[in-house]
Amino acid sequence: MNENYNISSSPHIRDKATSSNIMLMVLIALLPATIFGIYNFRHENAWLLIVVTTATAVLSEYIYEKLMHKPITIGDFSAAVTGLLLALNLPPTLPLWMGALGSAFAIIIVKQLFGGLGQNFMNPALAARCFLLISFAGRMTYFVYDGVTGPTPLANLKAGEAVNTMDMLLGNTRGTIGETSVLAIMIGAMFLLLLGVIDLRIPGTYIVTFVIFIIIFGGHGFDAQYITAQLCGGGLMLGAWFMATDYVTSPITPRGQILYGICIGLLTGLFRIFGGSAEGVSYAIIISNLLVPLIEKITLPKPFGKGGEK
Amino acid sequence: MSKSAERLFNGLVKENPTFVLMLGMCPTLAVTTSAINGIGMGLSTTVVLVLSNVMISALRKIIPDSVRMPAFIVVVASFVTIVQFLLEGFVPSLYNALGIYIPLIVVNCIILGRAESYASKNPVIPSLFDGLGMGLGFTVGLTAIGIVREILGAGKVFGTQILPDSYEPITIFILAPGAFLVLSMLVALQNKVKRHIALKKGEPIPEPAEGCEGCAGCGRAGSCAGGIFPVESKTEKKEND
Repeated sequence: MNENYNISSSPHIRDKATSSNIMLMVLIALLPATIFGIYNFRHENAWLLIVVTTATAVLSEYIYEKLMHKPITIGDFSAAVTGLLLALNLPPTLPLWMGALGSAFAIIIVKQLFGGLGQNFMNPALAARCFLLISFAGRMTYFVYDGVTGPTPLANLKAGEAVNTMDMLLGNTRGTIGETSVLAIMIGAMFLLLLGVIDLRIPGTYIVTFVIFIIIFGGHGFDAQYITAQLCGGGLMLGAWFMATDYVTSPITPRGQILYGICIGLLTGLFRIFGGSAEGVSYAIIISNLLVPLIEKITLPKPFGKGGEK
Repeated sequence: MSKSAERLFNGLVKENPTFVLMLGMCPTLAVTTSAINGIGMGLSTTVVLVLSNVMISALRKIIPDSVRMPAFIVVVASFVTIVQFLLEGFVPSLYNALGIYIPLIVVNCIILGRAESYASKNPVIPSLFDGLGMGLGFTVGLTAIGIVREILGAGKVFGTQILPDSYEPITIFILAPGAFLVLSMLVALQNKVKRHIALKKGEPIPEPAEGCEGCAGCGRAGSCAGGIFPVESKTEKKEND
């Protein structure tokens, strides 16, 4: 039979995008931040932590699926993305075994036990970061830059001290491996935006909501320098572009995505301004992840011809 | 197997309240931050459970059916009050560690569940062993969770350091999320072991609890065919809260 006359059910228009394609593009988009992180924390051997964390993530996925007699899915790179994202969210001085433990937690408990890729209820990398943050609070908030220990710029900002916004933009400062350089993150984010892997809805509404929150409640009014420092500090950019946009744990409805972005923005502002610690991006995102089913429920589009006025 | 031994085995293994019936989750998750807290809570509950089972069984012909719940609560609450005063007097450290969860034994669904489904229908001696088996099963469950959480979260067992000082405690395990993680892991392990034993003996594999049979608190569990309690569930009327 001629292939042109095949009959099949919908969908009839198919895209070439596959999970592994998209994950590969995310990996490529993360490269600038990763390379900058390795360079920035070369004295702390950040590359070793990145390698160990990523390798453990892939290995945990392989071992779990092997033991459970499931199809091996390490080829779709999603485990590698999780491991790399987790590494970028860790301070460079973290002991290697903690990074490995975090990866195993992310893959086995958060992802595989809930059914694997597409089924995880919250972002595995962020869940693992929070797991490590709760477990090893001291290690996870121990930041070094160029051999000097100290608070992150965001903590300085919270304490009311002056910060160098230019350093925060370029990344020559303390922080987790991948979050310091806003410039490197933006290069990766632009790449994803141009390829259409992510769109502006979630990061856009997230950042705008956060800025409005900061202007109203930050105590500095419309102070451009303060706002820039808040935006460039901590994991906000990494979270907004790479983790809030995770396909699995963000809403699929356009209105839902806007609501979701607003939700993360409000929570981040709340945690940063009124919370005990300086940072709150990871908690804001995973709490919003939990709200996604509800957000999708209230933003479900009506099918054509249904639910009109009587 | 004699009736008493059967009740003990039933409480400890077959219908272990923590790992199989999943009853009394509130104290299970809240107080098992260390092995000693787990064993303290378990034994306190056991004492109340045995005494209330005996008392309710002895009174089962006198208590009118229509007011049985208030009557059970009065009996249980009396014993809980006694246990609470004893703990406060003799082991104040444990009393402080368990806190609000001691008075809350009154509303522990294992105790009311056993009173409703067993003690109020059976003679005193089997009821005593039923209470003892369930209580010990609960104690074993809580202690196991407590031990795992204490080792991982503090590197200790019963307060003694067993892991080397270089071990960095994974604090999350003595916090609330750790309780859920450890409980689920132990339940999974327990199911795996039981499945393995059943396979070896050539018995039917116990199916994971699902639907209304899986829910021990379901009022319709008795009328449900099959499920994980093939013998018990047909004769027992489960606690309906």
